[in-house]
Amino acid sequence: MTTSSVKKQRRPSRSGGIRESAVSRTVAMSVMVVATLYFLTPLWWLFVAATKNRPDFTTTAPLWFADFSLFDNIAALLDYRGGVFVRWLGNSALYAGVGAALATLFAAMAGYAIAKYAFRGRETLFNVVLGGVLVPATALALPLFLIFSQAGATNTIWAVLLPSLVSPFGVYLSRIYAAASVPDEIIEAARIDGAGEVRTFFTVATRLMAPALVTIFLFQFVAIWNNFFLPLIMLRDENLFPVTLGLYVWNTQVSQIPDIRALVVIGSLLSVIPLIVTFLALQRFWQSGLANGGLK
Amino acid sequence: MVARDTAVTPSKAVSHRRALAVFLLPFGALFAMFYIIPILYAVYQSLLTVEREGTFGPAVQVFGGLTQYIAVFQNEPFWASIGRMLMFGVVQVPIMLGLALVFALLLDSPLVRGTKFFRLAFFAPYAVPSVIAAIMWGFLYSPNLSPFTAVTRSVDFLSADAVLWSIANVVTWVYVGYNMLIIYSALLSIPQEIYEAARIDGANQFRIAWSIKIPLVVPALVLTGIFSIIGTLQLLAEPQVFRSFSSAVTSTFTPNLTIYSTASVPNISLAAAMSVVLAVATFVLSFTVLKLTQRRAAL
Repeated sequence: MTTSSVKKQRRPSRSGGIRESAVSRTVAMSVMVVATLYFLTPLWWLFVAATKNRPDFTTTAPLWFADFSLFDNIAALLDYRGGVFVRWLGNSALYAGVGAALATLFAAMAGYAIAKYAFRGRETLFNVVLGGVLVPATALALPLFLIFSQAGATNTIWAVLLPSLVSPFGVYLSRIYAAASVPDEIIEAARIDGAGEVRTFFTVATRLMAPALVTIFLFQFVAIWNNFFLPLIMLRDENLFPVTLGLYVWNTQVSQIPDIRALVVIGSLLSVIPLIVTFLALQRFWQSGLANGGLK
Repeated sequence: MVARDTAVTPSKAVSHRRALAVFLLPFGALFAMFYIIPILYAVYQSLLTVEREGTFGPAVQVFGGLTQYIAVFQNEPFWASIGRMLMFGVVQVPIMLGLALVFALLLDSPLVRGTKFFRLAFFAPYAVPSVIAAIMWGFLYSPNLSPFTAVTRSVDFLSADAVLWSIANVVTWVYVGYNMLIIYSALLSIPQEIYEAARIDGANQFRIAWSIKIPLVVPALVLTGIFSIIGTLQLLAEPQVFRSFSSAVTSTFTPNLTIYSTASVPNISLAAAMSVVLAVATFVLSFTVLKLTQRRAAL
């Protein structure tokens, strides 16, 4: 079921709202408008600030444009220190893209198996995984660092990528979604047609579970893209930094190198855009995934 | 939950077992490697202690029993940071979830037009990484660069008294929309027929929200509440960034910052013991919230 079909069913209730008073309407809309200002003003400021040259940054009205130097600023950012910022964006894309894709696949397989097969220890396994959802990721970071340093693997791509491949919440969501949206009859039918279990999963189940898969992918993608503690303790070589860690390091240098402030601002803007665009592009899928699977 | 056909032939059962292994192995192996083993390793590390022969002798790690845990319980900065986060959570989590609930109810009510726009506008900050959000708000709070200099020159948002709540605002700004969306999704899945009787009885939107909608979204509120508690206790990126804006944010401001600075001393065993205590505390707290709310929901 998609969000749009949900919305269509709801239409009658909206026409029932004609009785609502104009006062309630005005109050409700005012609350929404004030809240919109609160949520969007910082983003608007970031965008405007990124378009200004250095003198204008501190001397002109912060919420409106001065001389438009967005492209000069971008050029300066891409040029700084041999274009290390592009590398950071690439690293973030690699960690988050590959990490989220594989994490989604593994979580979907495990969740599907727990939903659709009876086996001994099934509930125990599920409860252990659910317990994993409650373990703070930062509590894991330090022991992970110790383990990786014993293996001589800190300060490598693997130190950030491998731990990102695990999504206990993805298993939880997959199990609930598979139980609700993959009928046993379809699996039986595939079996009668002679399809193997694994093939059935990849050709039939993944299609029915698509909204849940997009949801898991996106939220894992955001979790990895935003992850800060793990790269902070694992990585020394700035060529391996994700964009969050890189901008954090630059921000700590603002007091010594004041010019770097402009790069932090434009860099922040560029690092936010990919996520906002991804969410907008895929909203149809992840919103229905949340609505149907997230909360049973 | 799922009734399975038990009449499987032996050969089929074997093929299912192989399929199960294929399905469960990748996640299971990674979960063991990057969740179970690190937890066990942290517990093991926390039981060690460093001993030296004489003042200048080589450091040797030996089994120290609960030495590190005693040290954790005597470590005042660590407990001060946990106390600070509990205070933070007691204020910030209800405000954030309250706002998320109000926005979700307004979006779901017939009072608001343009729901799609508002939904996306409120959710947009979630796409901003915590580090970037903290950097942005750091600029917005700064006395000179802020667009609101009239405000920031009279109120010092980065002072020792205010900085905790300035950070609370950053966290709220990022996560209200996310929590709102989870609650809103729960509201969308309530069948419309439930509202009919209330409407015939002449209940207004406020009454419908209070008596019907809120009780039905309690599970969503519990879920968002638990995630918020976990998030509060593991706060790290925002205060770490604020350290470059405000000297009031110390290296032991939050439990995770304390662990990080203890580990980089380096006092790995003490830091491991702190991690274990923090993880257990988080677990107990979220589990308690889950059980308490479940009991209330059953009444």
